[in-house]
Amino acid sequence: MNLEQIAESAPLSENVDSVVRFTNVDYSHPNGVPALRGISVEFKKGELVGILGANGAGKSTLVRHINGILKPTHGSVEVFGESTKNTSAAKLSRRVGIVFQNPNNQLFAQSVKSEIEFGLRNFGFDDELVRQRTDWALNTFSLIEYSNRAPMELSGGEKKRLCNALVLAWDPDIVILDEPTVGQDSEQKERLAQLVKLLLSEQKTIILVSHDMEFLWPLQPRMILMSGGKILADGTAQQVVRDRVSFSHANILAPQLVELFTELGDLGRFPADEFEARDKIRLQMTAAKEK
Amino acid sequence: MSQVLSVTPSSQAESLISIRALSYRYYASSRYVLNNVNLEIQKGEVVVIAGKSGSGKSTLLRAINGLIPHQHSGDYSGKVIVDGLEVLSAKMSELATKVGYIFQNPENQIFMFSVERDIAFGLENLSFKTPDIREKVDWALNTLGIRDLALRAPHELSDGQKQRVAIAGSIIMGQKILIFDEPTSLLDPYTASNVIRIIKNLHDDLGITILIVEHRLDLVSQIANRIIVLDEGKIVFDGEPRQVMYSSNLSVHGVTEPTIIRTTKLLDPGATGPGKSYPLTTHELAHELRKQVPRIGVFQKGSHEFGTNR
Repeated sequence: MNLEQIAESAPLSENVDSVVRFTNVDYSHPNGVPALRGISVEFKKGELVGILGANGAGKSTLVRHINGILKPTHGSVEVFGESTKNTSAAKLSRRVGIVFQNPNNQLFAQSVKSEIEFGLRNFGFDDELVRQRTDWALNTFSLIEYSNRAPMELSGGEKKRLCNALVLAWDPDIVILDEPTVGQDSEQKERLAQLVKLLLSEQKTIILVSHDMEFLWPLQPRMILMSGGKILADGTAQQVVRDRVSFSHANILAPQLVELFTELGDLGRFPADEFEARDKIRLQMTAAKEK
Repeated sequence: MSQVLSVTPSSQAESLISIRALSYRYYASSRYVLNNVNLEIQKGEVVVIAGKSGSGKSTLLRAINGLIPHQHSGDYSGKVIVDGLEVLSAKMSELATKVGYIFQNPENQIFMFSVERDIAFGLENLSFKTPDIREKVDWALNTLGIRDLALRAPHELSDGQKQRVAIAGSIIMGQKILIFDEPTSLLDPYTASNVIRIIKNLHDDLGITILIVEHRLDLVSQIANRIIVLDEGKIVFDGEPRQVMYSSNLSVHGVTEPTIIRTTKLLDPGATGPGKSYPLTTHELAHELRKQVPRIGVFQKGSHEFGTNR
């Protein structure tokens, strides 16, 4: 499905649920190298979006426009109905939380606990709320035992967890996680998936920038494929994995279960996880025996 | 619960890496990160080391390249011998000629003004003669297929290219053992599979022994002859990829099982015997399934259109 088709099926016109709207956005780096070209896209309240693409496709540049760290060279980005040109990144950050790919860019405090408290105080939360939210974050991300450790002493995976914790602590409406699974073991990934589901139930908008297709696929997000600063495909997970041309352009591999069922010649709804796959295979085996 | 499927006899004299009863805890820590680890690695092996964060993977690697005990103080007992050198008594400079270490983020080890200067750095440091260095740099550039990058500034390169520059800087030292710490985690899948292919070539063409730390097994399990799973500083699994992946629920030990493995286990709950041959890739599973539903049009042979085979 290409952009025109999406535009037809879901017109960008007045939609009260729209929280982010890019209109014809171009962005060039200060050295003149273009990083985004003609991006028009909209994100809705309560939506889960996966953005995929090769290194350098423009994924991180795109999401940095949402909290106003980057402003478009041409075109406009509106967040909650306001152009980011007129809003400071500091103000937007209260409602748009980004966890960057490299956690070292985000950590500077003396201890894990004060790292989390810092953001909350900065947004003017009162002491009681700071305490509650810090406890919640330390527990949710299993960081209690690290409370008094220096963030820079943590392993890469632990730093990433801390960054997730400190951003989610201030409860933003839009949550953007850039490569959240890097360095995370299976248990942490499972927790992250559960957390994404919890946040969705609270009607947050969640944008996951990730190469980890095996993590994204079971969540069945809306998928956006990027390459060379452009959006190649935008649709449901089931639609986008069928767009083989865009997939190979974006240097993305299909989920294993899509490969499996494609090879089996079964091109109906692709199973989201191993349980669905098992049920589907068993059903077909039974049907085959009965024939 | 844990089962050690040893593929190598533990007392082979000519092991390239020999770790005996190694225990270690970092200075001022009460917990032993490594707990009586015994491990023999032969020349030419490709070994994947997996396990949850804090399981001791990185510590084990540091004990092999000598950062432990030489750069970290702590309680160290046992013996590590790398290509005939005992790590405890060897100099770091001696060990550096045997073992190379490629970081997850190659930015940490690339810092010169041009790619070729960066690659030459290690040899310049060892006072090699300029013509010798030139020859070796050319060889390394060609081996990694990055000739055309020679005069570029490293910071301009893509992540996959940086990764290759870091590898070139390592093989030029003639190191027999290369350690990769999560080499693909920051790379897109396409670049990641290229890096994995390069690692395989280093092994096949140069006979380099490879140790790779990885959380995700789908890519690396196909080039590895052995997977070791660590948990709480102990080796809980050690064997061929198929054996290890079908022996237990690896996610208990923090290792993400490939989707294809999880699916196969659900379809065949008895898939635990190390003797059986179970699929590692989507292609192998599709093949198995078609065998089980013969001549009936349920699973017709479909075109394998994504052209990938994980």
